[in-house]
Amino acid sequence: MIPEIGHYALILALSLAIIQAIVPLAGSYTNTHSWMALSRPLVWGQLLFLTLSTAVLANAFLANDFSVIYVAQHGNTKLPDLYKISAVWGAHEGSLLLWAFLLAAWSAAIALFSRNLPLPVVARVLSVMGMISIGFLLFLLLTSNPFDRTFPVPFEGRELNPMLQDPGLAIHPPLLYMGYVGFSVAFAFSIAALLGGKLDASWARWSRPWTTVAWVFLTVGIALGSWWAYYELGWGGWWFWDPVENASLMPWLIGTALMHSLAVTEKRGAFKSWTVLLALFAFSLSLLGTFLVRSGVLTSVHSFASDPERGVFILAFLLIAIGGSLLLYAWRAPYISGGGRFDLISRETFLLGNNLLLSVLAGLILLGTLAPLIYDAMEWGKISVGFPWFNKMFVLLTPFLALLMGVGSISRWKHTDASFLVKQLKVAFIISMVFGLLTLLPMFSGGNLMVGLGMGLAMWVVTSHLVNVKERLKHKAGFNGFLRDLSGGGRSYYGMILAHMGVAMFIVGVTMVSNYGIEQDIRMSPGDTADIAGYEFKFEGVSEFPGPNYNAHRGRFLISKDGKQIAILLPEKRTYFVQTRPMTEAGIDWGLTRDLYVSLGESLGGGDWSMRLYYKPYIRWIWIAAIFMGLGGLLAISDRRYRTARKRASSTSTLAAGSSTPAAAESHS
Amino acid sequence: MSRYLRFLVPLAIFAVIAAFLFKGLDENYNPRAIPSPLIGKPVPEFSLPLLEQPDTQITNKDLLGKVYLLNVWATWCVSCRAEHETLVQLGRMNKVDIYGLNWKDDRVAAQAWLRQLGNPYAANIFDKKGRTAIDLGVYGAPETFLVDAQGIIRYKHAGPVSPDLIRDKILPMVAELKKKG
Repeated sequence: MIPEIGHYALILALSLAIIQAIVPLAGSYTNTHSWMALSRPLVWGQLLFLTLSTAVLANAFLANDFSVIYVAQHGNTKLPDLYKISAVWGAHEGSLLLWAFLLAAWSAAIALFSRNLPLPVVARVLSVMGMISIGFLLFLLLTSNPFDRTFPVPFEGRELNPMLQDPGLAIHPPLLYMGYVGFSVAFAFSIAALLGGKLDASWARWSRPWTTVAWVFLTVGIALGSWWAYYELGWGGWWFWDPVENASLMPWLIGTALMHSLAVTEKRGAFKSWTVLLALFAFSLSLLGTFLVRSGVLTSVHSFASDPERGVFILAFLLIAIGGSLLLYAWRAPYISGGGRFDLISRETFLLGNNLLLSVLAGLILLGTLAPLIYDAMEWGKISVGFPWFNKMFVLLTPFLALLMGVGSISRWKHTDASFLVKQLKVAFIISMVFGLLTLLPMFSGGNLMVGLGMGLAMWVVTSHLVNVKERLKHKAGFNGFLRDLSGGGRSYYGMILAHMGVAMFIVGVTMVSNYGIEQDIRMSPGDTADIAGYEFKFEGVSEFPGPNYNAHRGRFLISKDGKQIAILLPEKRTYFVQTRPMTEAGIDWGLTRDLYVSLGESLGGGDWSMRLYYKPYIRWIWIAAIFMGLGGLLAISDRRYRTARKRASSTSTLAAGSSTPAAAESHS
Repeated sequence: MSRYLRFLVPLAIFAVIAAFLFKGLDENYNPRAIPSPLIGKPVPEFSLPLLEQPDTQITNKDLLGKVYLLNVWATWCVSCRAEHETLVQLGRMNKVDIYGLNWKDDRVAAQAWLRQLGNPYAANIFDKKGRTAIDLGVYGAPETFLVDAQGIIRYKHAGPVSPDLIRDKILPMVAELKKKG
C-alpha cells in the first residue's frame, strides 16, 4: 500500500504543476493579484508531495519491499543502508524522481527568497518552473514509474550496480543534478523576462546568484565524478571524454560563460540577448544530457537502460522545451534594446572573448559527442571520437582563455588604456615567460613545450591576479582595507580571485600529471619489488577477506623511499555476491604533490598477480581546483550587494515586472 | 529583415541537432552494433546439454537444414524479460524456429521462467559455462542470431528484439533465406 502513496503523491504533484504553469502566468497578464499569489503555495505543495514520494521510495529500499520492480532490480537485503538510500537515484526511474524533487526544491527556494521581487516576475518564473516540472512528472508517470509492482514478489533484489556502491558516488548524482536543475532557474528567469518583454540590469542581478549556486553544485559534482572514476575504475585516469561526462561538461562551460555574461549585463546593460541565449542554452544542454544518457542513442559506461519509448518522449520534451524557448527568443529578442557602448579595449571585450571561447569549446564537445550519430545518419560509416581529438581541441583553445582571464579581470569597464594594461601586467608577463622558459631547462622538463606552456600560463593567471589585488588594495588602505572589503561588498571580487586561482591550480595539475605521470603494468610474485619514480613498491601478497555483500582479494604493498617505509597500500579486487562482477578498489597513498596508486589486475596463479602501478604527480590539484572554484562561487554570492539589492527592490515591489533598479557603477565586480 | 533572421540561428541549429537525435532513435540505429565478424561465418561448433533434458546433448550439426533464430537469454537478464513476450508472439506465428541459448544460468530458475512466461523455443541449449556464448562473440544478453539452412550466421541483433524489428527485418530475411533453401 505504501508505494501507491508515493505514486499518488506524484500524480498530485503533477496536478499542482499544471495549475502552477497556467494560473500565475495568466494572472501576470490579467494583473489578478490572487492568481499570481497562488504560485508560492502551489510550489510548496509540489515540494511536499515530491518529498513524500521520494521518502516512500527510500522507505521501500530500506524495508526491502521487492514487490516494487525498481527496488527488486536495485535493492538487496544485504546492501548497506547508505547504498539502499543512494540506490533511490542509482538507476533511471529513481534518478528522474530525484530530478523532479530537486526541481521542486529549487522552485521552493525561489518562492522563499523572492519576497522582494515584483510579484508578476515571481509568478512568471514559477510558472515556467511549473512547465518544466510537468515535463518531468509526465515522463515519470507515463514511461518510468518507480513505483510499479511485480508479482510474484521476488525473494531477493538484484542489487545496486557494485560500481555505484561507493560513498563518493552516493552523493555525486545529487550534486550534479542540483547543478543541472539549478540552471532551470536562470532559464525560467530568462523566459519570464522574454515573456514580460523587459530585460534589464535587475533581471541580471536576480539571475546572478542563482546561476552561481547552480554552477558551484555542477563544478563540485563533476569533480566528484572525476575523482570517483580515478579511484574506482582502476585506470588511474581522471577524465575519459565519455559522452556522459561530456554531457555534464557542456552545461558547465556554458554556465561559466553565462556567469561572466550576466556580470556584463548587470553592470553595463550590454550583451542582453547573448546572456539570455546562454541562459537558455545552459539549461537546454542539461536537458540534452538527460536525453543522451537515457535514450540509448550513444554508448557510454554510464548509460541507463535504454528504451526507445523513453527516447521518443524525451525528444518530444526537448523539442517543446528547447524549441519553444528558442522560438520565443527569436520572436522577442530582436526588441531587446542594446546596452551600453564599449571600446575595443575594455573589460566587455575581454569577457566577450571568454564567452566565445567557452561557447566554442562547448560546441566542439557537442560535435564530438554527436559525431557517431551524425556519421551514421549521413551514412558516412562508423566513427568514434576519442581522447586525442578532444584533448587536441582543448589544448588548442584553453591557453587563450587563461591569457584573457589575466587581462580581462584587471581591465576597466567601457574603456581601458592599452598603456594601463601594459604598465600593470608587464611584470606579471615577464615573470610568467621566465617561469615557463625555466621549466624547459634540462633539469626540469628538458624542452617539453607543453610543460613550459602550462606552467607559464598558470604563473600568468596567478601573477596577473596578484597585480589585480594589489591595485585594488592600493586605494583601500592596506590590510585593514582588505578585511573591510571581505566583510562587505568586496566578496564577489575575492570570490572571482579565488575561483581564478582554482583555474591556475587546475592547469598545474593537468600539466604535471599529463607530462610526468608514470604507469606500469607488471606481473609480481609475493616478495617482488618494483621501482617507480624513486619509490619502491614491495608486493607482500594477496589475502582474501569477506565484506558485507562481497568477497575481496586484498593485496598488500609496502611503499618506501630511500629505504624508509612511507605507506602501506591495500588495493582490493571485490566480487559482489549478486551481480558477480569484479570491482577494483585502488590502493592510493595521496599527497599534495603526488599520488602513488596500485590497482590489482588478475590472479595469474601461484600467488602471482598482474598489477598496475602509477605515479601521479599533482593530480590532487585538479580536484582541489574545483574546491577553490566552488568556494569562490560561494564567496561571491555572499556579497552584500545581493542582500542590499533585495532590500532596495522591496521598496519598489509594486512596480511592474522588470522595472529596473539602477545598475551599480562600480568599476570592479 | 536580417536583424530578425539573426535571432533564428539558435533555433535552426537546434532543429538540425534534433533531426539527428530523432534519427538516432531509429530502431535500426544501434550505437553498439559493431558489425559482427561472425556474419557470413558458420555457427561455432558446440555440444551442450538441453535445458529441459540434462542428459540429452545437442550439437550445431543437429540444427543444420533449417533457417532458425538463436536467442541468447538468461533469467538474470532484465532486458530478456522485456523481450520475452515478443518472442512468445513470434513463436505463435510459426514462421521460424527459435532456439534459445540459456547463458550462464541456473537450470531450475530457467525452467521455472519458461513455465511462467511461456516457452517460444523449439529447444534450449544450456550453456552453463558460457563457452559457446564466447565463441559467438556475445557480450551481453539478449542477443539474437539469424542462421540459414547451411548453418551460416546471416544477421545479428544485440539487445532486445522488438515487434517492429521482427516485422521489418527478421521475417523478410527469414522468407528470403527459406526461398534459397
